[in-house]
Amino acid sequence: MKVYEFQAKDILKTYSICVPRGKVISQADDVQKLYNEIGCNRCVVKAQIHAGGRGKSGGIQFVNSSEEAVACISNMLGSKLSTYQTNQESFEIKHVLLEEVVEIQKEFYLAITIDRSIQSLLLIVSAGGGVDIEEIAKKTPEKIFKEPVDMFFGLLPFQSRRIAERLTISADASKKLSGLIKKLIHIFVNKDCSLLEINPLALTTDNKLVVLDAKMEIDDNAFFRHPEFEQIAESQDLSPNETLAKKYRLSYINLDGDIGCLVNGAGLAMATMDIIKHYGGEPANFLDVGGDASLERVEQAFKIILSDKKVKSIFINIFGGIMKCDVIAEGIISAVKEVGIHTPLVVRLEGTNVDLARKILGESGLKIISARDMKDAAEFAVKASKGEYIN
Amino acid sequence: MSILIDKETKVICQGITGHAGSFHSLRMLEYGTKLVGGVTPGKGGTAMDGIPVFDSVHDAVNKTGASASVIYVPAPFAADAIMEAVDAEIELVVCITEGIPTLDMLRVVKFLAKGRTRLIGPNCPGIISPGKCKIGIMPGYIHKKGSVGVVSRSGTLTYEVVWQLTQQDVGQSTCIGIGGDPVIGTHFIDILKMFQHDEETSAIVLIGEIGGSMEEEASEYIKQEVTKPVIGFIAGKSAPHGKRMGHAGAIIAGEKGTAVTKIVALQEAGTVMVDNPADIGITVSKILKDAGK
Repeated sequence: MKVYEFQAKDILKTYSICVPRGKVISQADDVQKLYNEIGCNRCVVKAQIHAGGRGKSGGIQFVNSSEEAVACISNMLGSKLSTYQTNQESFEIKHVLLEEVVEIQKEFYLAITIDRSIQSLLLIVSAGGGVDIEEIAKKTPEKIFKEPVDMFFGLLPFQSRRIAERLTISADASKKLSGLIKKLIHIFVNKDCSLLEINPLALTTDNKLVVLDAKMEIDDNAFFRHPEFEQIAESQDLSPNETLAKKYRLSYINLDGDIGCLVNGAGLAMATMDIIKHYGGEPANFLDVGGDASLERVEQAFKIILSDKKVKSIFINIFGGIMKCDVIAEGIISAVKEVGIHTPLVVRLEGTNVDLARKILGESGLKIISARDMKDAAEFAVKASKGEYIN
Repeated sequence: MSILIDKETKVICQGITGHAGSFHSLRMLEYGTKLVGGVTPGKGGTAMDGIPVFDSVHDAVNKTGASASVIYVPAPFAADAIMEAVDAEIELVVCITEGIPTLDMLRVVKFLAKGRTRLIGPNCPGIISPGKCKIGIMPGYIHKKGSVGVVSRSGTLTYEVVWQLTQQDVGQSTCIGIGGDPVIGTHFIDILKMFQHDEETSAIVLIGEIGGSMEEEASEYIKQEVTKPVIGFIAGKSAPHGKRMGHAGAIIAGEKGTAVTKIVALQEAGTVMVDNPADIGITVSKILKDAGK
């Protein structure tokens, strides 16, 4: 789960990490009052969306008076923002963060993540903060350095010294920095983060370390031990179908194509998308109903696909293991009964209870294009999506 | 013998009285697996369909002499279940459970370093040596005894591939799903090493997917050490950047972890990469025939 900047900063504040004075604003009526409360003439207005690259797209603007703040924020709230990091998608700006502007002496990049290949926490530090870290990684990789951090030992003194040396900072700044990093590691572990990125981290002219931007991602699998994230989870920017998918524990990702896919298992679901492309079609979605989906979940999954207006044909690819094919068949039938179906439906079933499932579908009166294997099914689905008749 | 398990492997099931644990324990018994006991704290002394249930892994191992354990314990308690098995010095632990927090798995991996246990998974279908032993949730009937080793990060895609092989009359020596999570106990390299040294295995099928760098690491090993033919497929060529494709581990971050970089690395190592996932069985069959096997 991605966390908005203002939510991440709220969490950091509870660990006494310094962030600029600021207010989150969701309604333009409040701007004047909140601007005055911050009590600083020069402020920055930051659009709250789940993507970086805001500065280059007008999502970060500076204001010098309450009038400017009102104008800027009224404009921003409710408008849509896309950045080079949003994959051509645009996000509605529902909240903005209004913050004091601090006097910066130096900027750094700081991130903690999990390195899968060394199976450890990884601290990433660079003296080139504030700008796009991927650009730095491409052009001047020597300016980024990585320090594996043991989650039990934390940051060791020699590692702190190494970081200070690389960043060429004063002894005082170094001491503050290692204190901050230790806190961030603590937060990362305590809150089950998968990413905690501070970019930029500012060393102010009065020698304070201030977090100017924070990006936080939480491991969804750890939700059961973090009731405090419930509110953040509710504020996620999800489409109605994504909300439905989440409720029924379906892995669903909406894509641009026109062939709806319903598959069990993530690997097979990806391979199904791949084979659709192989035969010249485009998948409309990724949808994994999971290993042991109930009838209700299958029904909801199928309804999600049926409600997608861009879908021109549907491809159901099931390899029953724990998942029984007859459950899939029953789920499809009951979803169709409820909402109807207006697109060709290609079904490929294999595995546990496949004969029973074929019988159920055969007797249902549903018009189904049955396929023997994945290859046939993909070819049928692609043809059907292009309006070709399949008998 | 086949790798990791054989006809004589004695297995216990942690979480045997749960929904998934009881269902799959019976399927494993039907397949012929020597399932000798189960563990559910607080239910020691009882039995599940004739299988004795113990309070702890220690008890189960002492009383049954089991050397392998399969875990169906729910995600919040699964890391502890794995560490209990390591503490009881079980040789092989197969963790089926999906949804274990990644930081829990970092703790588990640290804990594993102290013992002599091999962990397969989590979030995996398990391991099967057709005709001998099945530890996991895969449907038994799709397999056929033979000489192709299959290793994969997926569950149902592995079934698909195995089924294609069986349809082509190509049998399997051992099939292993290593799991779809970012932090897992056994990597492609570990299994490749075993298959390379396994007399019963004459060819290897490797099914990877987007995310991480395990396939790239495997390709290095294949280049240097593997003399048997390797046939590969990478799922997720059509996956968008930055989205998690079902598996917690299947995500393309930046320019790393894409299908293309993995396919190129494996190809350069001499692996025959299959482009169409429906053609994996037929490709393996052809390679074996050409090699006269």
